[in-house]
Amino acid sequence: MRDVAIIGTGETKVGEHWDVSLRHLALEAIQAALADAGVATVDALYVGNMLAGELAGQEHLGALVADFAGLSGVEALRVEAADASGAAALRVGYMAVAGGLADIVVVVGVEKMTDALAGEIVYGRSLATDGDYESAVGGSLTAVNALLMRRYMHEYGYAQRDFAPFAVNAHRNAVHNPQAMFRFPITPERFAAAPMVCDPINLFDSAPAADGAAAVVLAPGDAARTFSAVPVRIRASAVGTDALAVHDRHHPLLLRSAALAAQRAYEQAGVTPQDIDLFELHGSFGILAALSLEAAGFAAPGQGVRMALDGEIGLTGRIPIATMGGLKARGHPAGATGVYQVVEVVHQLRGLAGENQVPNARLGMTQSLGGSGGTAITHILERME
Amino acid sequence: MNIPRNWRLQQQRYRLEGEVCEKCGARIFPARDICPECEAPAKTPLVFSGKGEVYSYTTVHTPPQGFEEFAPYILALIQLEEGPLITAQLTDVDADHVDIGMPVEMVTRKVQGGGAEGPIVYGYKFRPVLHATVHAAPHE
Amino acid sequence: MSDTTTILRPEHPVGIVGYGAYVPRYRLPAREVSRVWTGGYGGTPIKEKSVPGPDEDVVTMSIEAARNALARAALPDPALIRAVWVGSESHPYAVKPTSTIVAEAIGATPHTQAADWEFACKAGTEALQAAIGFIGSGMARYALAIGMDTAQARPGDALEYTAGAGGAAYLLGPAEESLAVFEGSFSYVTDTPDFWRRAYQHYPSHGGRFTGQPAYFKHITAAARGLMDALGTSPADYTYVVLHQPNAKFPKSAAKKLGFTPEQVKDGLLVNEIGNVYAGSSLIGLAAVLDEARPGDRLLLVSYGSGAGSDAFSLRVTEAIVERQGRAPLTREYVARRVEIDYATYVRFTGKLRK
Repeated sequence: MRDVAIIGTGETKVGEHWDVSLRHLALEAIQAALADAGVATVDALYVGNMLAGELAGQEHLGALVADFAGLSGVEALRVEAADASGAAALRVGYMAVAGGLADIVVVVGVEKMTDALAGEIVYGRSLATDGDYESAVGGSLTAVNALLMRRYMHEYGYAQRDFAPFAVNAHRNAVHNPQAMFRFPITPERFAAAPMVCDPINLFDSAPAADGAAAVVLAPGDAARTFSAVPVRIRASAVGTDALAVHDRHHPLLLRSAALAAQRAYEQAGVTPQDIDLFELHGSFGILAALSLEAAGFAAPGQGVRMALDGEIGLTGRIPIATMGGLKARGHPAGATGVYQVVEVVHQLRGLAGENQVPNARLGMTQSLGGSGGTAITHILERME
Repeated sequence: MNIPRNWRLQQQRYRLEGEVCEKCGARIFPARDICPECEAPAKTPLVFSGKGEVYSYTTVHTPPQGFEEFAPYILALIQLEEGPLITAQLTDVDADHVDIGMPVEMVTRKVQGGGAEGPIVYGYKFRPVLHATVHAAPHE
Repeated sequence: MSDTTTILRPEHPVGIVGYGAYVPRYRLPAREVSRVWTGGYGGTPIKEKSVPGPDEDVVTMSIEAARNALARAALPDPALIRAVWVGSESHPYAVKPTSTIVAEAIGATPHTQAADWEFACKAGTEALQAAIGFIGSGMARYALAIGMDTAQARPGDALEYTAGAGGAAYLLGPAEESLAVFEGSFSYVTDTPDFWRRAYQHYPSHGGRFTGQPAYFKHITAAARGLMDALGTSPADYTYVVLHQPNAKFPKSAAKKLGFTPEQVKDGLLVNEIGNVYAGSSLIGLAAVLDEARPGDRLLLVSYGSGAGSDAFSLRVTEAIVERQGRAPLTREYVARRVEIDYATYVRFTGKLRK
């Protein structure tokens, strides 16, 4: 297996892009990433996307995006793993380069959600749950996560407002991220006053649906410096899975997929949670942020919310999360999110995060979840000195 | 409309028919033909009692397309008395009367209305136990 | 016409093996209808009526009543049931049987008859009578007859005060397994256009006061008298009488005319609390009475369906009733389970608000 490095990144602003189509969002991110890497052609393109068929009326994205990105003729495939689709596309790109099947690969995560109505988006996202036994009985993705949150509050004795620090932290960090959707701070009081979506998950505890695209260019590690002054090595790439349906899991409050993916990643990289300088986790809801912190070994079961309450998730805390706004405030364009996380960690490792720079960031981790944790994909990235 | 899909799930939806593992005795819902506990083939049908208790719950204010007519509705995880958890709506109860641990029983209700022209989808929901002394149903 | 040609009695004696009621939890007070449509002026025919929840219809209500009937019967296997017959004016489908869904849900499929019956408010007792014949002839050992409605009424119409939701299911079987045995039944049918609903219409129409004397009273009393004459019984022989109950006044007045006392009427009279549940009306009254009945009690049941006709049944309660009453929720438990709603919520729940 070869070392794999990220030699370029690109991203669009996350938001409601009424005048931009899915293919042009992807084009913008890919062009930026190729320019950043200084390459004009690639061996393969992998497109991470969750809901284009359902919400944007378009399947067959590999060939479409390749054609409109000026890469006509290259190997191009779409990869799907619900919300973790972007991370899954990176995983496939990583395998291609690591296995020697390709040298230069571009991975793009793209999602165009706002072409659909609100109810259609809720329905589309619910397709990540078990279609025969969760969404079929009225379970939306938010509802299923609300079931986890209520049980978590019950077992560990938290109140709904205790989840505010995840959203407050995300919004604070988004203020300085020009690509973020919500560039304004919120207070715990404003969090507490937000209307309920699926009690106890309220509007300010939920990541917004959005449009966006992010891309990275991969190259073999030994060639990385040819392209980039500050390449970032992929030290680990791991996937874990679990039952889609929360009711089919032995311990609903332990995200087994996330624990497996993190464990495998730590083993590949030969590191422990203490070595990680920042963690871009899948905080689409505060409860998933807490469960991810716990599954990845940063907090004991039931202590994820406590960590946030104790201020340990800020830029200078024990483990900074959502450093550029996270899913909550940067926005959550479903299948694109996994690539945004990676682009943001690369910015941090390259020292390009501006006001949000995590001091001395050397090792960063991303973890993307599909649905309520059916899939978890973890990458550990390292600045190449 | 997913007619065949709903049709082939009728026994689960109407009667809570799951499976029992002949090897380790695990009661399985929904049916999956492989025991999730011991991984032995498990295809022996078992009709669950429909009794259980609330494990967790939420009030859905923003429903997915197809469920608007029922919103706000309560979605819950129910721990069935035979062991498995199941995701289902609660009915005939207001959210402020629901608690984790509340005993519930299965009823058959409209899960999707089908609009004016489509097929109606019926299936399990749960409600607070109505009559505590009801004897076990005869077919169990 | 001799008695032997008019009384309906099977070859083999038949009875009720199990019964079960159902009433939804929501109640619309009659004063709410009055508030919206008459400014609160004038009296109301009942106190309140039951309203189905948004996830309920004749299918779901029939399934619950049928499950209650099966629980009381303690039948070894629901596959022994040879007929599932549902009488209603509010089948959710115009074409596609309610009864197949009910049969599937209770585990009676596939070796069973299944059909939906229609005869205004006596569709349920039509099914009951057919089940007596089906079992009494030896063609079947068990048959399920259900009368259930989510009654429709035009907004603002006099019927809107009373049109309620509910009904009951009866598992019929051999007399020796029964909690009450049929002594005979009797039908009285004429062409009387007192109440109807044309195809594709949401709401029924009616002839106002014509629904009284020439319709309800004439048929109810003729059927009741016909049966008692044929059996040689008189009102004094019955512990309870249950008549179709479209409002609080009609059944009391008809019972009095027939010579029954208010005491014999009151336990089966639910209309004041749940309204007129159309095809379920007399049958749920019978369920309420069976909840109270003791061995040896005699019951008279008379339905009325517009268009028009009445079926009368005489029943004698057996020892088996004692242990079966408590095996499923009592009718009064459903009646007592009430959540009051306002007219706007009622309009939403019953689909009267067209989006």
